Amino acid sequence: MADFTVSQAEAERLQLQKAIWSARLTRLLWWLAVLAVFVGSLLSLMPIYWMITGSFKIQHDAIAYPPELFPTHPTLQNWEKLLVGMPTLRWLLNSFIAASGVALLGVITSTLAGYAFGKKRFPGQNLLFWLLLLTMMLPKQISLIPLFIMMRDLKWFDTYFALIIPYAAYPFGIFLVKQFMQGIPNDLLDAAKIDGASEFGVFWHVVLPLTKPAVGALAIFAFMFGWNDYIWQLVVTNKQTMLTLPVGVSKLVAGWATIDIGVGMAGATLAFIPMLVIFLLFQDYFVKGITVGAVKG
Amino acid sequence: MTVLAAYPERRRTWWQKIWDARAAYLFILPAYIPFIVFVLYPLIDGLRLSFYEAGVNKAKWRFIGFDNFVRLFTRDDVFIIALKNTFLFVLIVVPVVVVISIFLAVIVFPLPRAAQSFVRMSFYMPVVSGGVVLAMVWIWIFNRDFGLLNYLLEIAGFYKLLGIPKIGWLAQTETALLSLAMVVISWSIGQPLILFLAALGNISEELYDAAKIDGASGWQIFWKITLPLLRPTTLFVLVTTTINVFQVFVVVLLMTLGGPANATQTIVYRIYENAFVFYKYGYGAAMGVVLLLIVGSIAYFQFKLLGQEVEY
Repeated sequence: MADFTVSQAEAERLQLQKAIWSARLTRLLWWLAVLAVFVGSLLSLMPIYWMITGSFKIQHDAIAYPPELFPTHPTLQNWEKLLVGMPTLRWLLNSFIAASGVALLGVITSTLAGYAFGKKRFPGQNLLFWLLLLTMMLPKQISLIPLFIMMRDLKWFDTYFALIIPYAAYPFGIFLVKQFMQGIPNDLLDAAKIDGASEFGVFWHVVLPLTKPAVGALAIFAFMFGWNDYIWQLVVTNKQTMLTLPVGVSKLVAGWATIDIGVGMAGATLAFIPMLVIFLLFQDYFVKGITVGAVKG
Repeated sequence: MTVLAAYPERRRTWWQKIWDARAAYLFILPAYIPFIVFVLYPLIDGLRLSFYEAGVNKAKWRFIGFDNFVRLFTRDDVFIIALKNTFLFVLIVVPVVVVISIFLAVIVFPLPRAAQSFVRMSFYMPVVSGGVVLAMVWIWIFNRDFGLLNYLLEIAGFYKLLGIPKIGWLAQTETALLSLAMVVISWSIGQPLILFLAALGNISEELYDAAKIDGASGWQIFWKITLPLLRPTTLFVLVTTTINVFQVFVVVLLMTLGGPANATQTIVYRIYENAFVFYKYGYGAAMGVVLLLIVGSIAYFQFKLLGQEVEY
């Protein structure tokens, strides 16, 4: 009897010890994982750090080995070459016009259509909506060529029309707005109608104010899309003064061997700054846009 | 609504229903007209074009049936290489992105808010900066003689350990595709991470509490509760990442031009080169159709396979 209790106590003690050790091990692994996550975060930011510091390096330092982790002879000459010697500011302006145009048109058409898809019932609704979704999901390279030929026939090459108009319909935006508007209670809309509001009045005075977060997210995504839509901008622009910033600075890379790395990095930094500012100002909208867009997706 | 319901349903014809809903059609019109003109029509026209021999001069376009497709698969070695590379690329990038983003989300989620948004911001930053900007920086980082990557590997003892000379990451056939994959991975994690974090936030605390009371370990909770509940998000991430990665292009154009020795040829790069450098519009469109079929069927099977139990 006594023996039994002793051995049982011993077994329990051993088991407890084992549990403590496995808990310690789990804890250690967890802290290692946390460490890995933060190292990963820094690695993820590393190219951006490298780009920004690179824009202040003279060529001699940019190709030095071992590399300079921080520019020892910081210089503004890359920025000067970029901004004075090339039509870079024009590219910046072009990008702003293109991205703002895409965002503005996208917001207008998407809120209107999103409202109808989210809050109204009409024949063919599902078919029309699925068509939008399908084209949003599928690769668009197949339509790139006919669209390119269309631009040629319209003589829209090297114009802002080509950079903006083809994106007047923004399926992702319609989807986003629809998802969001579905959450608005019908009672609100009915009440407004009873008060004598017109169809457009209901949309404008009741629904739209409630949709601000989604519209904000939509505007930002459309802007980002318009800013970074590289392949299209590359094929429909050719004139130096009509290039967008990403296209213009990427052409600095084409002659990589002959150009200063620092100038390339300054160009890349310049293309990055506007997006960075928008991201930092509207971080919450980014998160909202991504998550609303995917829920029930 | 009540007014409409007063009419007997059968007396309202199809046309009447459409007329009744005219406001809705007016609302979608500003989006749907450009959608038809600039999205739907080019898509269908692209399908048509793939059956044509079509160059710059429209007058010389000629219907050739399936010739473009036959040529793609029987006489175009580079396209076959591009096809293989693209699949390989997807097979490398997609699993890595899914695993890393789930890992990050699960580890970061219990951390304080500030830490969470720092990690989220760090991984979303490459998404914000865009492919062109990153490609330009990575060319420099990958340089054999003065690139940052080789420097970091050297001080980590990588080259001494393996006893090999420094690698020219983009210049060697064995590493070029892998290097591009790394760049694409770097900007593909941000969005899934945000989605997984949001999904974790939606899992109710009670489930975890109940599991803990039942004596489940951290691992068991992860495998039996967290992962199954992340399934809808995982499916979404899997499908969207697969679709995006199949269209890999910017890194190829800016970093390798398909080389060295075709090691980084991809489908979209072939489309770009054929259509916009060689002006073979019909041939390029045929490649676009192949891409569409591949991506469409893979997305379909992913939904079928993983979508069965998505209702929670």
